[in-house]
Amino acid sequence: MQPFTTLTAVAAPLLRANVDTDAIIPSREMKTVGKTGLADGLFAGWRYTAIGGREPNPQFVLNQGAFAGARILLSGDNFGCGSSREHAVWALHEYGFRAVVAPSYSPIFYGNCIRNGIVPVRLAADSIASIASWVQLDPRQHLVTVDLMQCRVQAGSAFDFKFDIEPEPRLMLLEGLDGIDLTLKSRPLIEAFLERDRRGRPWIYLDAKP
Amino acid sequence: MRKTLFEKLWELHLVRDLGGGIGLLAIDRIFLHERTGSVALKSLAASGRTVLDPHRVFCTMDHIVDTLPGRGDDTRMPGGKAFITETRAAALQAGIRLFDVRDPQQGIVHVVSPELGIVLPGATVVCPDSHTCTQGAMGALAWGIGSTEAEHALATGTLRVNRPKTMRVSFEGRLAPGVTAKDLSLLLLSTHGAVGGNGYAVEYAGAAVRALEIEARLTLCNMATEFSAMTGMIAADQRTFEYLEGREYAPHGAAWDAALAQWQSLHSDSGATFDREIQFDVTTLPPMVTWGTSPQHAVPVTGRVPDQASSGATPEAYERALQYMDVTPGTAMQDLSIGAAFIGSCTNSRISDLRRAAAVLKGRRVAPHVRAIVVPGSMTVKRAAEAEGLHEVFLAAGFEWRESGCSMCFYAGGESFGARQRVVSSTNRNFESRQGPETRTHIASPETVAASAIAGRLADARSIAA
Repeated sequence: MQPFTTLTAVAAPLLRANVDTDAIIPSREMKTVGKTGLADGLFAGWRYTAIGGREPNPQFVLNQGAFAGARILLSGDNFGCGSSREHAVWALHEYGFRAVVAPSYSPIFYGNCIRNGIVPVRLAADSIASIASWVQLDPRQHLVTVDLMQCRVQAGSAFDFKFDIEPEPRLMLLEGLDGIDLTLKSRPLIEAFLERDRRGRPWIYLDAKP
Repeated sequence: MRKTLFEKLWELHLVRDLGGGIGLLAIDRIFLHERTGSVALKSLAASGRTVLDPHRVFCTMDHIVDTLPGRGDDTRMPGGKAFITETRAAALQAGIRLFDVRDPQQGIVHVVSPELGIVLPGATVVCPDSHTCTQGAMGALAWGIGSTEAEHALATGTLRVNRPKTMRVSFEGRLAPGVTAKDLSLLLLSTHGAVGGNGYAVEYAGAAVRALEIEARLTLCNMATEFSAMTGMIAADQRTFEYLEGREYAPHGAAWDAALAQWQSLHSDSGATFDREIQFDVTTLPPMVTWGTSPQHAVPVTGRVPDQASSGATPEAYERALQYMDVTPGTAMQDLSIGAAFIGSCTNSRISDLRRAAAVLKGRRVAPHVRAIVVPGSMTVKRAAEAEGLHEVFLAAGFEWRESGCSMCFYAGGESFGARQRVVSSTNRNFESRQGPETRTHIASPETVAASAIAGRLADARSIAA
């Protein structure tokens, strides 16, 4: 996983509450058993004029020239709600997004971001609305900075917001760590737990089942 | 120290406190399905890692598999067959129990797991599926994860979990006849919003919850994810133990007695404190139905499309939902004509759901313009329903009677209800285009779906079944 320290980029506002993972990547766009080939299907239902089609809907923010190459997405409450599909994060990542800024996230989507190098920034809705208004004035010049070292979102000299992120997710993103590798460092503890637990709760372990 | 059920389950599985609110938790059961589990198994194999304990990993074909009679590996979903064949190959290689397309125990993961006693009180259960919280109804700590986390759980038998806060939602009083667990979920969502549970593990309690049968408890916990909670759970009690005893993967004999002794201690202690408490008296609660495009957009079936001020939605979301659903404020819900009715999904597809819907349908016909489909949650449910003759009631009423699976709960490029079709559905999500391009979904209980199918418009089952 690519480490994330700080990013200054075009930010695209999609200020809706409850943007669900069906909207981020419709199920019909998940065509193969894999993590790639998903960027084209990102926001397909909103981005194209017809279901299954590829004619851009000019109303949709990502189809507007000023937001081309956006790498930061500004959105509303409960972002990534709905289906657990990690394809939503893979699609955002493949498209080029490296940070989402929203007031809250579905817990599963939030975890999926951490494991794929996308920073899920939590900011108050009115702060996001202020940033979005400022960005809209001149999206290509009014770039937004997500600084994971300092845990700040900066928008020119106009805005500078601190955000909270739990220490471990922050470290995983900063260093691009793989969760399995990290956990395997605790292997002796896991083995000791299993040995103890097998005596305490033998019914959990099914290998002895006839 | 008085503890909540969640705290007990957390401590029981804590391998290591990783600091900063993160715990390394032992995972007792992993369930996979062909939609998101396949990629976890494939990715694990590609990394050269193996499944730590295949005996505690299960996989089912439910999301992509067709539900039409005579089905095989071919599906109506473009590219769907690859998900089935690749999942089968990966499951075989990993040596895990697979409920394959033609397996007599095949079904929806959250239906199969309880009915076979795979989920147990006090167990941690994960699945790359958001509705894994359903299984918390058995007194388990069960939650949905992504595919990468599934890979982590498969390889290490653990997960690094951000400890949530605790919330207790108490439903006091007694549900009126014809009002169900589904209506409790919609009440909670409409009152506290689709983000109300964010950051919490929710325990459902109160007299109305204790009175619910196990299958209804599964329905209630199912929609904890729609509340944005990590999970929902209900302490196991005598009903839970009676439900589980004798099921295939549940402990037997002396192991059962030992398990039971432990399970009986797994409840929130009297006086335990929660970070948040919510209470309802549900004695006068009517059946609920959604009017918009979020599960929080719910009103009594006897009510009307709300105005913005009372909708709980932001002005922008409210306008968007009205437009998408083609409804106007003040319209009586029962004046909305429907074109389709669907009974199924991990929310409401168990034998008790089918019995209640059939009781409404018996001796009646669905309206001529309504396409009606019922999909049992598992092949076990299907056989049980057929043994009772429920399928004949559904067929006589004009419903299609299907093989088990997730079916038309979501649209994956195959079957759908058609553009701008209005559907009443016993499922869990009324998102834009969830059940088909521009399909307008109204979520409700199975009895409300059945009554609406007969009426050809949204209807109150209590006025039909009398």
